[in-house]
Amino acid sequence: MEKTGAQILVESLLKENVEVVFGLPGGQALPIFDAIHGSKLNFVLTRHEQAASHMADGYARSTGKPGVCIVTSGPGATNIVTGLATAYMDSVPLVAFTGQVSTAVIGQDAFQEADTTGITRPVTKHNFLVKDVKNLAKTIKEAFYIATTGRPGPVLVDIPVDVQRGICEFEYPEKIDIRSYKPTIHGHSGQIKKAAEIINKSERPVLYIGAGVVVSNAEPEILEMSKKSDIPVTNTLLAVGAYPHDTKLSLNMLGMHGTFWANRAVQNADAIIAVGARFDDRCTGKVCDFAKSANIIHIDVDPTSIAKIIDSDIPVVGDAKTILKELIPLVKKAERKDWIEKIEKWKKEAPLEFDRNDDKVHPQYVIEKLSEMTKGEAIVTTEVGQHQMWAAHYYKAAKPRNFISSGGLGTMGYGFPAGLGAKFGNMDKEVIVIAGDGSFQMNMQEMAVSMLNKANVKVVILNNQYLGMVRQWQQMFYEKHYSHTCLAKRKGCPDLCNTPDRDKCPVYLPDFVKWAESYGALGIRVQSKKDIEPALKKMLETDNSVVLDIWTEIEENVFPMVPAGASLDDIITRMNG
Amino acid sequence: MRHTISVLVENKFGVLARIATLFAARGFNIDSLAVGETEDPAISRMTIVVKGDDDILEQVTKQLNKLVDVIKVNDFNDVGYVERGLALLKINVTKSNRAEIMQMVDVFRAKIIDVSQDSIIAEITGDEEKIDAFVKMIMPYGIKEMCQTGTVALARGNK
Repeated sequence: MEKTGAQILVESLLKENVEVVFGLPGGQALPIFDAIHGSKLNFVLTRHEQAASHMADGYARSTGKPGVCIVTSGPGATNIVTGLATAYMDSVPLVAFTGQVSTAVIGQDAFQEADTTGITRPVTKHNFLVKDVKNLAKTIKEAFYIATTGRPGPVLVDIPVDVQRGICEFEYPEKIDIRSYKPTIHGHSGQIKKAAEIINKSERPVLYIGAGVVVSNAEPEILEMSKKSDIPVTNTLLAVGAYPHDTKLSLNMLGMHGTFWANRAVQNADAIIAVGARFDDRCTGKVCDFAKSANIIHIDVDPTSIAKIIDSDIPVVGDAKTILKELIPLVKKAERKDWIEKIEKWKKEAPLEFDRNDDKVHPQYVIEKLSEMTKGEAIVTTEVGQHQMWAAHYYKAAKPRNFISSGGLGTMGYGFPAGLGAKFGNMDKEVIVIAGDGSFQMNMQEMAVSMLNKANVKVVILNNQYLGMVRQWQQMFYEKHYSHTCLAKRKGCPDLCNTPDRDKCPVYLPDFVKWAESYGALGIRVQSKKDIEPALKKMLETDNSVVLDIWTEIEENVFPMVPAGASLDDIITRMNG
Repeated sequence: MRHTISVLVENKFGVLARIATLFAARGFNIDSLAVGETEDPAISRMTIVVKGDDDILEQVTKQLNKLVDVIKVNDFNDVGYVERGLALLKINVTKSNRAEIMQMVDVFRAKIIDVSQDSIIAEITGDEEKIDAFVKMIMPYGIKEMCQTGTVALARGNK
């Protein structure tokens, strides 16, 4: 049957079983939005294109299905660049469609023209400019295929307005074969054997798991292998929740803000089994000092991840779950009492801690309570900064897709829209955004989306009136020069102020409670410890969007910490003096 | 170390930009680049000559392989191969040195493809070393202008 390009797009999305599309219309996307009008496609109108890309991302991470957004040309397209880069760094399957000026005027600096495929080339797994409507259906099929297979990532399809209007016979391809794109699934069995030999010979092995485990749904295999061979497991930020918390074999997160014992274990290991993790600098610390005495086995679906940062002794390219299934039978049962005991000692030497007995509003306490009250069953998304690290430490996500955070790019303004996206994929679940007051202000306009769609997303703002993580670095490494990190500072404040005090500082803007109320959401301010639990309870009981504005200790710092460029051995567990 | 990398790609717009971006992002200067259709018009071969640290080049090769439009990547340093480039040189000549220059051209098995009162244009093909040697020999006579193609290369035998 003959259809327009715009209709082909809508029909193709329905064929791909796309449940929800996020976006914002514009001049060069008008035919697409006309085709959406009255169609079965569930479209969510955002207030900013960046938020649309993060919503698609949050949807994808929480469901494992590709997230989709549609925006217009020019500024619409440039506004999603941050969302694409975020998804690219964290291997999130996203398919973004952008309107483009008519093929006849491309390159003439037409109104709202931008070289979208040029701009997005370094932040997408692949992108397409469709110049002929006859290629549109096939391109969409390829886009979904590329986004969701191998190491997932964002794919962008740029569609000029005349292609949207163009007419051709529509048939959605059933199958796709791209001769230049064949991701490796099965690991080399010789390499897998060698990996097993190293594990069997080792006395102090550590499993180091990342987002690849989540992508490939390999959590059961990781659990099985660690139990069978008594191997402790440390996770990256993106794999929080991929391994059960608080067991003898769980080490929690490694790296810059990893636990003392996870970092000690990694540094003292004689075998590191990296699965779906890429030895990011926030995990390794100083590379030449990383796990010096360990043989490194690196299992990853992306060959470019291997030997990029750390040379591995046994690289195995392929899908984590598939490889682990082959590896587990070759791994001998073992009991590693001495090793586990050593780790237990490290756990006791420097546990994650804050003062639980004083009356102060410690941000860690808020998250600990939230974790208890939700039993880790709620989907938590975070913004980026101190609160993000505390969330990783104290929120015991029951499964990895219950903890969603921008890891690689560290995108402030990600958490709230990502939470909304997660909600649209999980309407029956509680979604809670743990935010800093700085990050939250970067995309707070999306409260309208939460309200108008009855998404009932809950936001916990850990308000310390600072860009807290940067302030912490200024305190520790820049002689307490709080240069432009105070969000309360206004005309008249001392220029070089580094003595914040809630009672003396100017009134904080905005008033998040009134702001929430202006949307019809429930706003609650918490300024004392005793009010934390009741406020969280009220939030969880409320059938509406909620904003908790929790005024926490201002100069609370995230520990442990490995300073940038230092070895994991040089971990600081608390502030001196 | 100097590497000659052969990349078979889909013959589509934008592919060259993707590949150039990859090298640029790693701070690599491409010494030479030649692009042309292969025996299959849907496939182009890019021959890229770069100098760089072997580890980083291995990473770049993997990154090239990862590009969706790239069909196959070969680093010819791992195999036997032949390579050729072509250069055109416009050389200053006078009555007195014309014969001498033409002799030099003969020795290098280059060709003279244009002659005028005070200059000639010579065409030379060969590997980088041969072309460099020729240029060095001609330099003292005065090279008015020069241009070169990128190196093209093929693996020997059945590789």
